[in-house]
Amino acid sequence: MRDASPAKTYALHIGVIALLFALNFVLPDYHQGLFARIMALAVFAMGYNLLFGYVGLLSLGHAMFFSAGLYGAGLTVYHLGWGVPQAFLAGVACGALLALVIGLLALRTSGVAFMIVTMMFAQVFYLMILYFAAWTGGDQGLVIQQASRVISIGGVSLDLTNPTVRYMGALALFSVVLLITLALVRSRFGRVLVAIRENEERTKMLGYDTVANKLVAVVASGAICAASGAAYALLFGYVGSNFASIQYSILPLLWVLLGGAATTLGPLIGTLFMYYVTDITSGFTSAYLLIVGVALILLVLFAPKGIMGSIRERWLGWLP
Amino acid sequence: MHFGPHLLLAALEGLVTSAVLALTALGLSLVFGVMRIVNVAHGEFFMLGAVLAWAVSTAISGHPAIGFAAALVIAPLLVGLVAFLAEWLVLRRLNYNPESTIVATIGMLYIIQQLALTFYGPEARPVEPPFSYRILLPWFGYSGYKLSVVAASAILLVITWLVLTRTRIGLIMRATQYDRETAQAFGIPVERVYAGVFAVGAMLAAIAAVLIVPISQAHYLMGQDPLLLSFIVVIIGGLGSLRGTVVAAILIGLSDGIISMFFSPTLAKIIATLVVAMVLVFRPQGLFGTAPR
Repeated sequence: MRDASPAKTYALHIGVIALLFALNFVLPDYHQGLFARIMALAVFAMGYNLLFGYVGLLSLGHAMFFSAGLYGAGLTVYHLGWGVPQAFLAGVACGALLALVIGLLALRTSGVAFMIVTMMFAQVFYLMILYFAAWTGGDQGLVIQQASRVISIGGVSLDLTNPTVRYMGALALFSVVLLITLALVRSRFGRVLVAIRENEERTKMLGYDTVANKLVAVVASGAICAASGAAYALLFGYVGSNFASIQYSILPLLWVLLGGAATTLGPLIGTLFMYYVTDITSGFTSAYLLIVGVALILLVLFAPKGIMGSIRERWLGWLP
Repeated sequence: MHFGPHLLLAALEGLVTSAVLALTALGLSLVFGVMRIVNVAHGEFFMLGAVLAWAVSTAISGHPAIGFAAALVIAPLLVGLVAFLAEWLVLRRLNYNPESTIVATIGMLYIIQQLALTFYGPEARPVEPPFSYRILLPWFGYSGYKLSVVAASAILLVITWLVLTRTRIGLIMRATQYDRETAQAFGIPVERVYAGVFAVGAMLAAIAAVLIVPISQAHYLMGQDPLLLSFIVVIIGGLGSLRGTVVAAILIGLSDGIISMFFSPTLAKIIATLVVAMVLVFRPQGLFGTAPR
């Protein structure tokens, strides 16, 4: 990674945010809704990327962090009648706490064992959602009523079911997380993470506490994924157990691989690309999983660096 | 029914699960042990075996035993061919990098599952058992076919063990497992061994599926549970240990049968998965495995 002037890097990212902001006023209704969903899920991909791309830890259980946020926010609104901001924070806190516990356990393993352990914990989480169906709604899920999805600050009330408010909500979360990730990976901490990915033994020898650094990364990643889940529950008004299934652990992996692991904008590009590919192809065929499968195989075979990774390699060495 | 016979019934059901699980897990364990890769598509090879068994047995008219026998030969061979092609076209090019392989086999999982849904459909379909003899116990009658599944699985396990320990092919496989590079230096065609092991691993899963399909029907999502259970068995049994795999399969199968007869199956799965995850965290070499080299 060549060094770039911070101004150029920040200009690019703020440019992307501005472009997304402008799109709100241009996009037709259907695509406006799709973009809101994509931005909320791109946050999930960014959280996954922090761990997979920068630390090199491949988890197959991130659906549990996403759904911890989803249920943390959804259940507090549904059962306790909490307001939107409190519920969002509850979701993020649930995800961070779960990530801390899982991190403490799973980081004792590495490589293939790490993937299987995370997958199993996620499976336990998924089964528990089904088991406590009395509260979680099981595989039917719960629908959060429109009335409980209104934020009122002072005299202004924001209705999250309004398409523009929803779009702006998703964009706000996306922008904050994008800038946080950017600052994080450019920081000293971010460089230690990359050092761990490249050679953990050497990093340890240089005097870094690699386990503590990895744990912080797991918690940060879990919290970001939970923020995505919490936002998803509040913006789209539905929580369901399929968001905790293994498929939702694999999707962020796919999005990140497609967009480019260890790039800040890759997760957005990957999510956007995959969503539109499925959206367009679903006009011709219902074989949505086939496309995911073929995409995964072609990616690992021919473009293991993804879209942004390839662009960085060929033309723009300064991309973060 | 009293508690004793109830327990016996649960144990018999568990034994059938164990028999099928041992074969499936053995396939996963061989691939895991020799090639050092995790095949996430293993459950889909199982499902493919069951679906093909249905296709073959419905295509052949006459006594159900003829159709079943044909399925028992043809379905595993076809699944082996699919696995061989997958290994040849994809995994070899990835140089068996563990992480890329996982991603690629997840891709295969989706492709096989979707193709099964498209061509076979979402229904669960039965295959007629080759014979319907019932063994009469003092308390209840029990399907003779289910017991023959246990016997067939035991025979196959013994054959695999003999091949691994007593033949030249087994020696080559063990050499490749022990040290790939030295084996290659001694003229062992490692690539062909890998292709063969991957195909055989898938075929074992397919055979297990053909055996189970007269008991539980063929369905395009039936590969999920065997995959997770096989992982559990391989982890508890210890990597590449045949004896450990069999012992763990019996342990898991029996406890699954007994626990799910007395408790909610979801709760049983939660406990089993959590226990295994903890085993993996605190004793990564498995309960019966040796310490990592």
